[in-house]
Amino acid sequence: MHYESPIREPLILGDKSYHDITKDVARPVETAAPRSWWIALGISLVLFLWGVGCILYTIGTGIGVWGLNKTVGWAWDITNFVWWVGIGHAGTLISAVLLLFKQKWRMSINRSAEAMTIFSVIQAALFPGIHMGRIWLAYFVFPIPNQFGSLWVNFNSPLLWDVFAISTYFSVSVVFWYVGLIPDFAMIRDRAINPIKKHVYSVLSFGWGGKAKHWQRFEEVSLVLAGLATPLVLSVHTIVSMDFATSVIPGWHTTIFPPYFVAGAIFSGFAMVQTLLLIMRKLFKMEDYITMQHIEMMNIIIMVTGSIVGIAYITELFIAWYSGVEYEQYAFLNRATGPYAWAYWSMMTCNVFSPQFMWFKKLRTSLIFTFIISIVVNIGMWFERFVIIVTSLHRDYLPSSWSMFSPSFVDIGIFLGTIGFFFVLFLLYARTFPVIAQAELKTILKSSGENYKKLHGKDGHH
Amino acid sequence: MADNKKYWTGIEDLANTPVAQKLKENEFAAEVPSSTEFLGDKESLESSSTSRRDFLKYLGFSTAAATLAACESPVVESIPYVIKPDSVIPGLPNYYATSYFDGNDYASILVKTREGRPIKVEPNTDAKFNASTNARVQASVLDLYDSNRLKAPMAKGQETSWTSVLEEVKGELLKADGKEVVLLTSTIISPSTLALITKFGEQFTNFKHVTFDPYSFSGKLDVYEEIMGERAMPTYSFASTKLVVGIGSDFLTGVTGQSLEGAYASARKPGASMMRHIQVESNLSLTGSNADTRIKVGASDQFAALVYLYNKVTGSSLPVSSIKEGSLKSLDNVAKELIAAKGNSLVLVGGNDANAERIALALNMALENIGKSIDLNNRVYLRRGNDKELYSLIDRMNAGSVGAIITSGLNPVYQIAEAKGYAKGLAKVGVKVAFTDRMDESSKSMDYVLPVNHAYESWGDAVPASGVYALSQPTIKPLFDTRQFEEALMSWVGESGRYYDFVKSTYKNQYATLFGKGWNTVLHDGEASISSEVEAVELPEMDLQMAAAELAKIKGGKYQVAFYQKQGMGIGNQTNNPWLHEMPDPVSRVTWDNYITISAADALELGLTNEHQSDGALNGSRVNITANGATLENVPVLVQPGQAFGTIGLATGYGRTDVGKAGNGVGVNAFSLMNGQHFANVDIVKAEGVHEFASVQMGNTMMGRKIVNETNLDTFLNGSVNDWNETPMFHTYEGHKNSDETNLWDDFDHETGHMWNMAIDLNSCIGCGACVVACHLENNVPVVGKEEVRNFRDMHWLRIDRYYSSDTTEETEGYEGLGIIGEGVMDRFAAMELPSESPEVVFQPVMCQHCNHAPCETVCPVAATSHSAEGLNHMAYNRCIGTRYCANNCPYKVRRFNWFNYQANDDFANVNPAQDDFGRMVLNPDVTVRARGVMEKCSMCIQRIQLGKLEAKKAGKMLEDGAFTTACAQACGTGSITFGDVNNKKAKVTSAKKDPRAYRLLDEVGTQPSVFYQTKIRNK
Repeated sequence: MHYESPIREPLILGDKSYHDITKDVARPVETAAPRSWWIALGISLVLFLWGVGCILYTIGTGIGVWGLNKTVGWAWDITNFVWWVGIGHAGTLISAVLLLFKQKWRMSINRSAEAMTIFSVIQAALFPGIHMGRIWLAYFVFPIPNQFGSLWVNFNSPLLWDVFAISTYFSVSVVFWYVGLIPDFAMIRDRAINPIKKHVYSVLSFGWGGKAKHWQRFEEVSLVLAGLATPLVLSVHTIVSMDFATSVIPGWHTTIFPPYFVAGAIFSGFAMVQTLLLIMRKLFKMEDYITMQHIEMMNIIIMVTGSIVGIAYITELFIAWYSGVEYEQYAFLNRATGPYAWAYWSMMTCNVFSPQFMWFKKLRTSLIFTFIISIVVNIGMWFERFVIIVTSLHRDYLPSSWSMFSPSFVDIGIFLGTIGFFFVLFLLYARTFPVIAQAELKTILKSSGENYKKLHGKDGHH
Repeated sequence: MADNKKYWTGIEDLANTPVAQKLKENEFAAEVPSSTEFLGDKESLESSSTSRRDFLKYLGFSTAAATLAACESPVVESIPYVIKPDSVIPGLPNYYATSYFDGNDYASILVKTREGRPIKVEPNTDAKFNASTNARVQASVLDLYDSNRLKAPMAKGQETSWTSVLEEVKGELLKADGKEVVLLTSTIISPSTLALITKFGEQFTNFKHVTFDPYSFSGKLDVYEEIMGERAMPTYSFASTKLVVGIGSDFLTGVTGQSLEGAYASARKPGASMMRHIQVESNLSLTGSNADTRIKVGASDQFAALVYLYNKVTGSSLPVSSIKEGSLKSLDNVAKELIAAKGNSLVLVGGNDANAERIALALNMALENIGKSIDLNNRVYLRRGNDKELYSLIDRMNAGSVGAIITSGLNPVYQIAEAKGYAKGLAKVGVKVAFTDRMDESSKSMDYVLPVNHAYESWGDAVPASGVYALSQPTIKPLFDTRQFEEALMSWVGESGRYYDFVKSTYKNQYATLFGKGWNTVLHDGEASISSEVEAVELPEMDLQMAAAELAKIKGGKYQVAFYQKQGMGIGNQTNNPWLHEMPDPVSRVTWDNYITISAADALELGLTNEHQSDGALNGSRVNITANGATLENVPVLVQPGQAFGTIGLATGYGRTDVGKAGNGVGVNAFSLMNGQHFANVDIVKAEGVHEFASVQMGNTMMGRKIVNETNLDTFLNGSVNDWNETPMFHTYEGHKNSDETNLWDDFDHETGHMWNMAIDLNSCIGCGACVVACHLENNVPVVGKEEVRNFRDMHWLRIDRYYSSDTTEETEGYEGLGIIGEGVMDRFAAMELPSESPEVVFQPVMCQHCNHAPCETVCPVAATSHSAEGLNHMAYNRCIGTRYCANNCPYKVRRFNWFNYQANDDFANVNPAQDDFGRMVLNPDVTVRARGVMEKCSMCIQRIQLGKLEAKKAGKMLEDGAFTTACAQACGTGSITFGDVNNKKAKVTSAKKDPRAYRLLDEVGTQPSVFYQTKIRNK
């Protein structure tokens, strides 16, 4: 068994046995949902339905119901798209990259982080669809054989790369997530009393028997999928950033975008994980599994990636000046001082300034403060995409075409709708899925569980 | 012999085997089962799984299926000709030469018809007089299809038939003969109509024909009547003019009838002999925008400036009222320049003041311009109104001495200020007959409203100027139960036959010998011309002392209002035309509105503001303005750079209440404040509320960028090209290279086949906007209405950007790259955004630049926009899924997205002509109407290119330069747009490309556009 130094903080607190872990993880699935869950689900459903209404209205009437105009052809749609895709990154990073780096602390958070990934990629994937003027022809973006002659998609277009990147990312994430879920579903199946429930979970668990061969295959597949998913962490947001980086619009045409977007994505993703887990840990009484150490680790990642993003912002400004291109210089000055300066400085404050508080141990171990910062970062990252998209477009080369953007109720409605949809999915997940990868977690109980660590310390042997 | 020949069908037949013999006996080789055998065999019937019920089921199903398959989507029938007219070939256009005159605009034109429907107006370039079309003439074809036109004659509110109404009216008129019978018309230039009117008048003992121009030139005409003996204007010429000074005269917009923009542009070809243009004015007019030097003076000071100039030039001392503002020094310079250009100059004065016109004539006389730039012997007859006669008529109407009034081509209740008492007087007239095209403001109070044909449904003749005879011919059968005014007159005077015969006989009897051409030739050409037949006149002595004294009496109040005509609306004859509303004002760039233009200083003093909202749209304060005793309430305020202090501008033609669904309630009626003069003293009071403008342009300055390249004449003539038209160079590892040599990709072959390019001469573009409307017609560009323009979603494929030069440029501020981190940089940029108070103005038509390295093409995920081998950027509408990525990535922002289904969405029912069964007839069948969610943009009139290529191919010859051109190039009255094939070495566009003035917009982006511009040269 793996030995862990006693000076390392335990990852599972309390006097836990394997069975305790099973009980704790299965509890939300097996007990009736509290009133607060129903209220949250109700609110989310209302938002979701409102969003559906706005989407249907858009499809029925035209993109004109949004606030866009001839100069600003993308605004909240693509802002939301990039924002949701970015949020998704943390899940893959935690489950795949940290797995490859053998970071054990990922085990209590990877399940929910991955769920968040999948649910946010679903939200993200909505936007490239509904932002099309003719969504009923969306299949044109797939390189499928057709009867239009030798009509093919344009492989030069970053939007097409997006199609591939997002769909690959989504499929791999879903498979990865599901594979991890199989032993946990089996655990719930084994405990289920209600025959229907038992049947459902036995279908979901693919007949998992817990044999050594099963475990071996499980480990292998996990590793292979982690290997597959790791490059995706980098590729997806790199490709999303290329929507902008390969264009000619000042403020978009920037080679720093790929790493800057990836860092920003991880930054916002971890913030979202924090937001969700802080609530879940409290409501599901999972403080023993999602410990202060987890929170602190994630805060450190937020601080580091926030600083990377900050450096990217400053580099952009420097390069704009250094390029000597007047359009470029104006674009960045306009961001900082033009009519959308409020958005720029909101972004700067939220993304660069606020994570710096995490240098202080007292602050990064404060639950309330962490929660506030996680919300602030998500607001900041939304503004980052808004700033990049709208302030670059609204004043580009010819001042005769300069314009402004203001969202319509439909823009706002669709955004709220995706938030509603996300939480509908997440709330359903929280009550039906094992929210912690208990099978994996049990593997570290003896090395990183508090009680066992104490025992090791006492015995003085390994 | 032949009988002995034997034919056999096969070897078997030849051999005549028994089998063959047997087969020959039976018609059918196999046995046919008999029905009894088939149905009678119970066993076989029972063994079959198909029962009778099954059979009926199958029968029922197939019948139902066939029926269902037959009733698919509804079939829209296209009905073929039973007997096809010889001249109509489906798919090919016919052109009819005709002339258009609506009482304000005159143009010699070709009307393009397709399958019998007029769909486009094009200039008749062979004509001598006014062979150019402005925006209004271009748009006139839509007026034909206006569904708000009156569709049948009305007698006292009841629909009736022409025969009975004509009879009834004639009876009524004869009854009214005891009193005065009056015909009130707009200016009439048709000799046939005038002959009929004379004949008509002879039937009455007391008949009077009164002519009236809503935007009056009566004062000026009085002067010319004294001099020339007839109500006419002189023609102006720029042929040998070196200096033109316009004093409040918006001459480029053709306000006096004569189109001058073409001559103006030719006289201003860059070179040593380029004509200089100084404009002294109060509103920033289109003409003033094009001036080399512009001097702002208040409206009433314009006349003082004129007298001051006269005094300076001639050394006389006519009385002159003091001129506000420190413009005297500038005027002194103008005087000096005028003296220097003696014999080669022209002074044009605006307004409608007889005395001012006298002084202007005397000044031109002193400058030896009469007979050169001012030709009194070649006259223009397009303005003939007589205000004195009108006002006396109104008095007589009010006195009750008018028994009957017939109006034609006018809307007097709308066009005459209420204070004049026309409407009141009208109530006292016994018989009121209106010839009009709709139930407008005036028609409502008339007894008989007789709908007239549109110009394109009518026959007619015209003498627009001396030595010019023009014909107009119908291009379509009248759409509604309408008749020409002349047909009614003919019926009333008992003239038999058709009006066509009458026009023809007028020509044969009066003009045929003079013009020496046959009727058919003139009809085919549209116009015949000879050099003037008018007797030469000398300028008589004029009492200038008195004229100046009268002018000096005009005292400007604190604020004055100067009335002007917009390029779109003119005097309001076409106020229901959505194309004209959607066309932005060239200077203010505002659509669907009129408003007062006010200087920033005056706005500040009066507490009036213009503010951009969070969505960028412009909001303005409102004011109540009172002039000549009438008040207009809630007039929007637009702060206009270049507006003289103390003077506000207000355009005519708006504020109609009964014109139709598109034009009702747009703007305010400036005529209600007018008193014959073109300016008036005004009181301005701030009103409550905020007005929402629909402006298409918010960035007013070029922010120090090289967008419109401009230089002055001296630098152009004496400097090196790099001084004034530097080509952007790229620093590469192989040294400095221009954008053509710097490539990420291997270039395609641009030398073989056609390579379409377009040259736009910014020096000759006056910004009038005729091309914008022509593009709308040609390409079925949707009209989106005020709300959507305000949302910044206009659909213009071709726009004319207008920039004000601000006093602050990067150069004057000593701008350095390092400056961006220095202090006050943003203040400087902010200052650059604001146009200065006395800006210079530049116009720049921008359409799709057809980049050879097009940013839009690489980003489209479905390759809906791609490049042609001929240098064009194509849009495959069917393929477009509407991601708008191409529009985002377009540095020129020329791509337009169909945000809504403009053809069917109810929100656009009032503005989009394509939502109307009649309006739909104007659509060009060669151009797709784009669906919702699709991106569109300038195609370089690809349909015309294809047609041109096919015609050349059919004729079996090379495509000639100029065989066809784009709609915008065709509509341009100044010839500033040249389209052609740069692989044709002789093409005009090829030489334009080699011209040192040529440059490409945003060349440094590396897009390699197919459109290029010619540097603007300012003569100063």
